[in-house]
Amino acid sequence: MATAHTTAHGHDHGHHGAHHGEGAHGSVKSYVIGFVLSVILTAIPFGLVMSGTLPAGTAIPVCFGLGIIQIVVHLVYFLHMNSSSARSWNMAAFLFTLLIVAILVVGSWWVMAHLNANMMPGAMPME
Amino acid sequence: MSNAHSVAAADAALLHGVEAHDEHHHDDGSKTTLGFWIYLMSDCILFAAVFAAFAVLRGQTAGGPDAKELFSLPYVAGETAFLLVSSFTYGMAMIAAEKQKQSATLRWLGVTLLLGLGFMFMELHEFAELIGEGAGPDRSAFLSSFFTLVGTHGLHVLSGMVWMVTLIAHVLRRGLTQANIVRLTCLSLFWHFLDIVWIGVFTIVYLSGVAA
Amino acid sequence: MFGKLTLEAIPYHEPIIMGAVAMMVLGGAALFAGITFFRLWGPLWSKWLTSVDHKNIGIMYIILALVMLLRGFADAVMMRTQQAMASTGAAGPLPPEHFDQIFTAHGVIMIFFMAMPFMVGLMNIVVPLQIGARDVAFPYLNNLSFWLTAAGALLINISLAVGEFARTGWLAYPPLSELQYSPGVGVDYYLWALQISGVGTLLAGVNMITTILKMRAPGMTLMRMPIFTWTTLCSNMLIVAAFPILTATLAMLSLDRYLGMHFFTNDGGGNAMMYVNLIWAWGHPEVYILVLPAFGIFSEVISTFSSKKLFGYTSMVYATVCITVLSFIVWLHHFFTMGAGANVNAFFGISTMIISIPTGAKIFNWLFTMYRGRVQFTVPVLWTLGFMVTFVIGGMTGVLMAVPAADFVLHNSLFLIAHFHNVIIGGVLFGYLAGFTYWFPKAFGFKLNETLGKVSFWCWLVGFYLAFMPLYALGLMGMTRRMNHVDNVVWHNYLLVAALGAAVIACGIGAFVLQILVSVLNRKSLRDLTGDPWNGRTLEWATSSPPAFYNFAVDPVVTSRDAFWEQKQTTGAGLQPLPAYGKIHMPHNTGTGVILGGFIAVLGFALIWHIWWLSVAAFAAAVAVGIGHTFNENRDYYVPSETVAETEGKYFKQLTSQV
Repeated sequence: MATAHTTAHGHDHGHHGAHHGEGAHGSVKSYVIGFVLSVILTAIPFGLVMSGTLPAGTAIPVCFGLGIIQIVVHLVYFLHMNSSSARSWNMAAFLFTLLIVAILVVGSWWVMAHLNANMMPGAMPME
Repeated sequence: MSNAHSVAAADAALLHGVEAHDEHHHDDGSKTTLGFWIYLMSDCILFAAVFAAFAVLRGQTAGGPDAKELFSLPYVAGETAFLLVSSFTYGMAMIAAEKQKQSATLRWLGVTLLLGLGFMFMELHEFAELIGEGAGPDRSAFLSSFFTLVGTHGLHVLSGMVWMVTLIAHVLRRGLTQANIVRLTCLSLFWHFLDIVWIGVFTIVYLSGVAA
Repeated sequence: MFGKLTLEAIPYHEPIIMGAVAMMVLGGAALFAGITFFRLWGPLWSKWLTSVDHKNIGIMYIILALVMLLRGFADAVMMRTQQAMASTGAAGPLPPEHFDQIFTAHGVIMIFFMAMPFMVGLMNIVVPLQIGARDVAFPYLNNLSFWLTAAGALLINISLAVGEFARTGWLAYPPLSELQYSPGVGVDYYLWALQISGVGTLLAGVNMITTILKMRAPGMTLMRMPIFTWTTLCSNMLIVAAFPILTATLAMLSLDRYLGMHFFTNDGGGNAMMYVNLIWAWGHPEVYILVLPAFGIFSEVISTFSSKKLFGYTSMVYATVCITVLSFIVWLHHFFTMGAGANVNAFFGISTMIISIPTGAKIFNWLFTMYRGRVQFTVPVLWTLGFMVTFVIGGMTGVLMAVPAADFVLHNSLFLIAHFHNVIIGGVLFGYLAGFTYWFPKAFGFKLNETLGKVSFWCWLVGFYLAFMPLYALGLMGMTRRMNHVDNVVWHNYLLVAALGAAVIACGIGAFVLQILVSVLNRKSLRDLTGDPWNGRTLEWATSSPPAFYNFAVDPVVTSRDAFWEQKQTTGAGLQPLPAYGKIHMPHNTGTGVILGGFIAVLGFALIWHIWWLSVAAFAAAVAVGIGHTFNENRDYYVPSETVAETEGKYFKQLTSQV
């Protein structure tokens, strides 16, 4: 009983300690890397669309892909999310939020696209 | 046995109680930053709802101008530059704050504030131009959702700037105390978060709008 | 100068409204006079209104909820009376425009200003005690959350006397709620009341999650948390994830109304169905926000009064988490008839049926907890049993309507009304009343009168069935909801029975109020000296009743589930006095929450009536007060160890005198 208690106790504190580690705000180097990557990842989609080299059907997915990569870059280099924070509540909250955001945006779009297709097929400029 | 246990537990409790007060009730900042992070997550969902409205209504121009006619990508690239650089300068402010360099912290915060102002100025200018051209938020559902989405982001940037001024006052008053570092950390989360939302805005609103 | 506000805004010509207003004014004046006469303003301000103690804030939330319960129930009685009287060709006492405001107000008040504050109040009182914490993570924010909720409630009540309330139904669907069809201030009252209280709820959610994640007693791992704490955690996760959607959606409707935008209008490319889509993406999780904590309460009650540990704790936790996630993918079942097509309807129909599975699992867990236990039929247990029977019926009619084809017949009929009252009264309200009775001695130090509690329960239960079973039948016969009058003699008798049911429920509410009064008068004989009146299992019972303002003199150390029960088993007693105590770090009370809530209420009122200068002034004042508060350095203090020793000494003396 007493042993169980100490381990449990210890565990709790270990967890707490892990949180502390995150308090660090990265180094100048990591901000520079993040910044340079972001500039590149912003410049490419703007260049693509402005020059019009790719047809819209390809350009838009490419922009979305690069946007997602840039969001990850920001999360890692500016918000300092990394593998050591993987066990933390911040990460859990973030993943749950991502799930809800995806459900909300994709779900709404899906529902409304079907609605428009079924109820007003003539006036559907969604695609 | 049970007696011995209870004494041991009571002693442990006492020891813990005395030593744990500070940990539990003197916030080392981890409670505040977690709480603020959770608030940010809710903000994220707020934006998601507005993005969803934009995604559904973006084609509903009601005979009015569409994204291709209205948006100038070089201008948006300028706004993006202001925000992105300000994210970097805020990072520099945080590093200076961690090292207890007060004047460097304040300088970087000042630079960030100016960049934020630049962004706000560009955005308001864009809005004014659109409204002047007759493409205001009451023109069509597309423009309503555009102004609301970009405007919601802008309002966040504005409140971030008000907050930044407040924190500058705090730092001037008390220096880089533990409490002020926690406050600066929360604002840094907020500021970087707004930059992330902006990535969504320029990708979904501007780039996709002009490319389509 | 005063925007749209003129003296015409007060509905003098409506005798029913003016009567209600007179009651409110007289009641308020009596309260004001009483407080002044007994010189209670000082203590009220310093001990209650500005309190950052989670127990006091919880009690204030529940008082607000009970007051609003009376208001919302008065609306219900009027609706039942009107429909009973106006089903044989007569017009009934209520004109349509008044009836429409009543059913809107009833829904809004019951969900936002009765159920939500009741729930947040119970969580506030119980959760910090259950996890062995001294307060919530952000005590000042907690106070502010309450005042924002109260500001919203205030606006709703002002709408009775000044202007009008929305005539749109509780979710204010556009295009009816757009300026074109609702040009009055009713919808604006609706919007700002909900926005303000919604922000309060969101902040309360953030606060509660942080509290549970960061402030548990040493040793209390996640799987050792009491089940009410678990359901609170999940419910607050839903609050944080769902309420921003409500905020955004209502903001878009406001932009349509205030700035002429076209989100949901008929013209300009707007899409009213997008509003319906978004509002239910909040609305369905909201149902689970309300009911999950009730499930937690039933679990605590049934295990305490069966003197057994909860059957299937782990499955209960997983069921709760499953419901949390699944509640976000069922929203379309509220508008199957919108026409999104078979694929979409099939997906949401099936997901709706799936969500009933974890809920069903919980019912079995409660049954097995009771099985071979020594069940004491106390008032909280009666509520729980009433819930189990009633909720299962409501759940089954819900699954019935989850079949899209069936829903096309039943949509917006009284069958639906009967269904959701079946789950909300039978699930949510019974749960909160069980929790109220169960934790009342913890909050106030004396138990509630048992006999009147039983009278109240039986009246509620019988009244519920009388009031709502006829509605199922009426729904199947084709009666739609929100009818001001109908000319169908066949329905008349059913509506009479339903009205009789409302009268029986009124007796239940009367008995409840009487129960509180009688118990307060007999508080000496009902006194709970031990702090553990029910032989409880979780940590809230390990303190005195009511607990000291710092809750625990030392942090309890948790080694298992049902921590207090285990402690009683191993040591044969509750807490033991210690030779010495440390000083305790506590937050100061602050008036900022009240002041900020006041300015925000003024802001809401000014926006509703288009008094722009006042809006700007109130907003600026609120921002200034909010920022000013961050410069307040005098936020906390240490309770000296002698004070702690003295307080604890009193409690232990009381304990031994009892034994």
